[in-house]
Amino acid sequence: MGSIPRLRKFCTPQPLNFSFFTLQPTHLKRKEGQIAFLRSLLLERETKRREKNEVPRKIPRKIWRCMCMNDCLWAIGFMCTVWWFIVFVYHCLPSNLVGLHLPESPGQRLRREGLNALHPVVLVPGIVTGGLELWEGRPCSQGLFRKRLWGGGSFAEIFKRPMCWLEHLSLNNETGLDPPGIRVRPVSGLVAADYFAPGYFVWAVLIENLAKIGYEEKNLHMAAYDWRLSFQNTEVRDYALSRLKSKIELMYMTNGNKKVVVVPHSMGAIYFLHFLKWVESPPPTGGGGGGPGWCAKYIKAIMNIAPAFLGVPRTLANILSAEDKGISFLRAMAPGVFDSEILRLQTLEHAMRVSRTWDSIISLFPKGGETIWGNLDWSPEKDQECDFIKKRVFRSCPSDGRTDNTTKNAILLKEDVNYGRIISFGKTASELHSSQLPSLGFKDFAPYNTRANSNMCRDLLTEYDELSREIIGEVAKHKAYTAGTVLDLVRFVAPKMMQRAEAHFSHGIADDLDDPKYTHYKYWSNPLETRQVYQYQLQSSYTPLCSLKLPNAPDMEIYCLYGVGVPTDRAYIYKLSSLDRCRSIPYRIDSSANARNPGGCLKGGIYFSDGDASVPIISAGFMCARGWRGKTRFNPSGAPTYVREYGHKAPSSLLDGRGSESGAHVGIMGNVALIEDVLRVAAGATREELGGDRIFSDIMSMSRAIRLRV
Amino acid sequence: MVKKKREEGGVLEGVEQSKNKGGVGREGGSGLDMRSHETESQKILRLRRRRGSEPTATATTATEEPAKTRQADKDEEKETLKSRGTEKEKQKKWSCIDSCCWFVGCICCSWWFLLFLYNAMPASFPQYVTEAITGPLADPPGLKLRKEGLTAKHPVVFVPGIVTGGLELWEGHQCAEGLFRKRLWGGTFGELYKRPLCWVEHMSLDNETGLDPPGIRVRPVSGLVAADYFAPGYFVWAVLIANLARIGYEEKTMYMAAYDWRISFQNTEVRDQTLSRIKSNIELMVATNGKKVVVIPHSMGALYFLHFMKWVEAPAPMGGGGGSDWCARHIKAVMNIGGPFLGVPKAVAGLFSAEAKDIAVARSVAPAVLDKDVFGLQTLQHVMRMTRTWDTTMSMIPKGGDTIWGDLDWSPEDGYSCSWKKQKNSDTHTAGQNGKRCLDTSGVYYGRIISFGKDVAEGATKGSNLANATCQDVWTEYHDMGIPGIKAVADYKVYTGGSILDLLHFVAPKMMKRGDAHYSYGIADDLDDPKYNHYKYWSNPLETRLPNAPEMEIFSLYGVGIPTERAYVYKLSAAADCYIPFQIDALADGANECSCLKGGVYNVNGDETVPVLSAGYMCAKAWRGKTRFNPSGIRTYVREYDHAPPANLLEGRGTQSGAHVDIMGNFALIEDIIRVAAGATGEDLGEDRVYSDIFKWSERINLKL
Repeated sequence: MGSIPRLRKFCTPQPLNFSFFTLQPTHLKRKEGQIAFLRSLLLERETKRREKNEVPRKIPRKIWRCMCMNDCLWAIGFMCTVWWFIVFVYHCLPSNLVGLHLPESPGQRLRREGLNALHPVVLVPGIVTGGLELWEGRPCSQGLFRKRLWGGGSFAEIFKRPMCWLEHLSLNNETGLDPPGIRVRPVSGLVAADYFAPGYFVWAVLIENLAKIGYEEKNLHMAAYDWRLSFQNTEVRDYALSRLKSKIELMYMTNGNKKVVVVPHSMGAIYFLHFLKWVESPPPTGGGGGGPGWCAKYIKAIMNIAPAFLGVPRTLANILSAEDKGISFLRAMAPGVFDSEILRLQTLEHAMRVSRTWDSIISLFPKGGETIWGNLDWSPEKDQECDFIKKRVFRSCPSDGRTDNTTKNAILLKEDVNYGRIISFGKTASELHSSQLPSLGFKDFAPYNTRANSNMCRDLLTEYDELSREIIGEVAKHKAYTAGTVLDLVRFVAPKMMQRAEAHFSHGIADDLDDPKYTHYKYWSNPLETRQVYQYQLQSSYTPLCSLKLPNAPDMEIYCLYGVGVPTDRAYIYKLSSLDRCRSIPYRIDSSANARNPGGCLKGGIYFSDGDASVPIISAGFMCARGWRGKTRFNPSGAPTYVREYGHKAPSSLLDGRGSESGAHVGIMGNVALIEDVLRVAAGATREELGGDRIFSDIMSMSRAIRLRV
Repeated sequence: MVKKKREEGGVLEGVEQSKNKGGVGREGGSGLDMRSHETESQKILRLRRRRGSEPTATATTATEEPAKTRQADKDEEKETLKSRGTEKEKQKKWSCIDSCCWFVGCICCSWWFLLFLYNAMPASFPQYVTEAITGPLADPPGLKLRKEGLTAKHPVVFVPGIVTGGLELWEGHQCAEGLFRKRLWGGTFGELYKRPLCWVEHMSLDNETGLDPPGIRVRPVSGLVAADYFAPGYFVWAVLIANLARIGYEEKTMYMAAYDWRISFQNTEVRDQTLSRIKSNIELMVATNGKKVVVIPHSMGALYFLHFMKWVEAPAPMGGGGGSDWCARHIKAVMNIGGPFLGVPKAVAGLFSAEAKDIAVARSVAPAVLDKDVFGLQTLQHVMRMTRTWDTTMSMIPKGGDTIWGDLDWSPEDGYSCSWKKQKNSDTHTAGQNGKRCLDTSGVYYGRIISFGKDVAEGATKGSNLANATCQDVWTEYHDMGIPGIKAVADYKVYTGGSILDLLHFVAPKMMKRGDAHYSYGIADDLDDPKYNHYKYWSNPLETRLPNAPEMEIFSLYGVGIPTERAYVYKLSAAADCYIPFQIDALADGANECSCLKGGVYNVNGDETVPVLSAGYMCAKAWRGKTRFNPSGIRTYVREYDHAPPANLLEGRGTQSGAHVDIMGNFALIEDIIRVAAGATGEDLGEDRVYSDIFKWSERINLKL
């Protein structure tokens, strides 16, 4: 700070300085030499000038320039020195001085309460948060062996060699596995997902708090997997599921036969669902051969943080147009990277091409079709109000007469929102009554499907280039797509991707879970097409050994922990983009579409509903609130489920970082209340101690509105 | 004073006038007159106001009509004046500090520029330069063998040695705040400089139990990062990993069995369940890949893995309960790199006095780190106190006593010539026959591992006030001993491989008591004795049997051709008070150039840390064929790698090094490992490959097999 005035002073020397030139005799002695020097300098100049008989203009200017450069160097040097000095002082300070009044972390508090590490903990990271490193690459990636391409350090390589980077992160478009000659593998260990970027924590806070009550690497495991692959392929290529199984068994054994507590986040929740089915399935069907009862034996609780059980509408926007204003998955995690024009005009196209080779994104498509997500005229969130800020204020006092507020809000802000129309072309299409919408089926497009302009664009970047413009227009004419029909839309615009991905994922609802087809692994990650792991009641006839060993073995518990109070994408209004450019993505979110009144749910072409900025509550909470609650056909053994919501509060000050009460999708990992819950369960708390459900949103009424046979 | 002032004024005026005269004459006197009435400061002030427009004004008016020229001349004149003014001011202001700032700025700018260039540089550039200077480089072995068609076959397990593995903090005292999950050991060692005492406190273990002190949890880093680089740029396993990756290895087929190298082998299981984890991981890799594993221990890792092989087959309470054929089912080969099977004399010196140039175990790998006097004068005491809490240093005390290491008058290496220089000069051409070898080797008694020099008496009197109360803050067990004890130690004069243990028991009773619970250093007479089921014998190859796995292969890969410490000449240290009472007599040198005694240390052939005898004897003799230590006849191979220093600086630590850690970058060794990992057997490699006299020396050892 002090340097700035000084600099200014230096750059524009002030006349005042000159006045003491004549007044202060003490300076004179020193000046004398300078004056003599000056005199000689000027005399020399004079003689030169005379000799050359030249216009004397240049000399002073040269000096002036020289001065300027010197000044610059001086300034840089000064700033560097000051900076180093500050850094030095900072490092010399005792580290506890820095944050004088840091609030006590939940780990410390619970430790004082006497909590200790009891159950081993397995962390399952979600999509994009895990690190990926290079094991084998093309010549352009020289020097990057075992360096991170994704996550962890800086994304410096994107800027240095963007095309190379994209090439290495892509997967094979046909198989969904490695392209030939490229091996990019997940980082293993806790470092895989503790920080996504320097300073941007994912699991680090939770890990630190777990460590406070005594956890270390022998009872804390990060089940890192390659989040780009389909779940079954992580086993095929990396044996990731086998490794996880072996790790859980090992931790169970080495920690005194204590069952593990699994903490999946985001997509990790459905990955772990897949694991649960995989591990009990016999090896011939691609299972892990753990046998029935494996889960009951080894798993105490699954604490899903912000689980995307029923999918995320955002992925649709991602696949269709790879864009939605800093909201797409990629961009949400690495803001600025994809928005910058490093790849010139085709950033989005490249991002789309790469992300379409990632099978796992398909796993996040909305599941359950119209039953869950609503049809053209109905949706479970129909009566929800959109003013989350107000809502949060009201809900901070839960005993308050909530119904009044709700109705008031509803009256105030009621606008007919058709959340069921996940994709609609044009704002009018999103508001019209269903009878007025055209009902064009995809079969009608078949004759059009000629690759009209493929000769124009030689570099096929996205599959859109294989579609003719007429068809693209036809698709838009259909006007509105629900969660059921939107899959047809995606299948139509990206047939190869869907063909590949649908071998691994399914998005329907099972009518009859006894159907033998549901033993196929593609159904394992869909909670609506699998039974929650069958739990054995520890009858003496069936598992005598177990019942002897674990007389009061509590059943496996399933928690859904998620943030609420953040506007979350739920439905989109699209428009056709200008078609002049080859290789452009033909659809764009219509960012000009806004709600009529300021409190409306529609903003920038996106209908928002309650959630955690990524996952709507219906996806995160429905299974725990209704689908699995009690003995249902999805949960035949009646494993207890709990819904615990965390209201979002923006960080109060800058010092707070990303906030200790955040409810955002990733920020919730630093939420103190959530951390406390996880710690308590890990330390062996019973369900009563935790207090059962903790609900702020309308998840219960929404769940009841869904007509699903359970 | 007044005169000076006037003179100054005169000077200024003079300058001005001369300037005006010089500046084209048509200006006339008006401006000058005007100015002469103003004070200096006013002039400057006026000039300052105009400053902003000056440069452009002069530039544009330079060649235009006379009306403007006049103005231009005025401007120009003023500018001259002004520049003079600033110059003057600069002269006044540019003090030393300003120059420094300027200099720093210069350096920063050029540094940033270079950094920018470096970052913008294509990645293949350094290689290109290297090739331009030294000619085309040999393909790294991974690439070469890949071209031959080798692919990943057997999963690989790395077992790092002592000090090379990283340690990180999981729980610490107040002073270690902010270091959660940061590396205390390995990496940059930044904390060592910032808070040395805190660091020492956290790195030490409990003196009684050899486990964590209360409130401190320091844990090994896991994964390949644990020991790929010890410090930035100082590779340990990284080169091997990179080459294995070339033929298709990745994390599903590679596993770093990282363990806490400070605590005794059995305690790694007690505290961290490390052995169980290794077992589970090997089982997993065998199950998923369908092939047995190739284990690659380095240095102390060789002992650790010996311990593991016994542990895994031992029944459950003490062992892993894997059953008696676990090794046969899961392990294809054990490729020990520089394994100190029979101990390292260096460890004795390290425990005894924690000193000597490059001698303490810790220092052998991290030279210069611990030699700095960061703790003030008590560096060595602190280091000693810390290292003495580490049980593993005791695992490397020479084993087998006099039988292996020689007695007062005899040692297996007798007759060895130490003409290192000559060997080095001629070894490329005359590897076997050293024509000018020094024949005068009669005076070397390697058996006397520690001997006190002739100045014992003097030293004893000088250090007579040793056990006093001023040394409370630095604890080493020496201060419990008192002078008589120290004198007695020195009076005994000579210690051999057997009596060295007594010496250590005497000078460090607490430590050895702890150590005795975990390690044993003898030779078994009867291996059927049930006492050998105890885990303390498991890491001593002379007191255990190899597992019953006839198809397994054991390799001993180590470097030769570097002087390696074998025996020491000690003296009582002259300095009083809190010093360690013994020190190596650095003045004791051999009589001539080719003597093995240098700086108080008798050297012998080896890899700088492990003498050939320790690394090679088991595979060369004691395990070869069906012996009582190797009842199932596991095949053993000795493969030596002759040390050749790096040809130039660009080569880094060399591709033909034989040094204890640098050998991990030795291309020949890497090639051997890759071949075995890709399925080759010892016979395919060409069986033994020997440069030293290991077979001759092994024959001399009189051990019942």
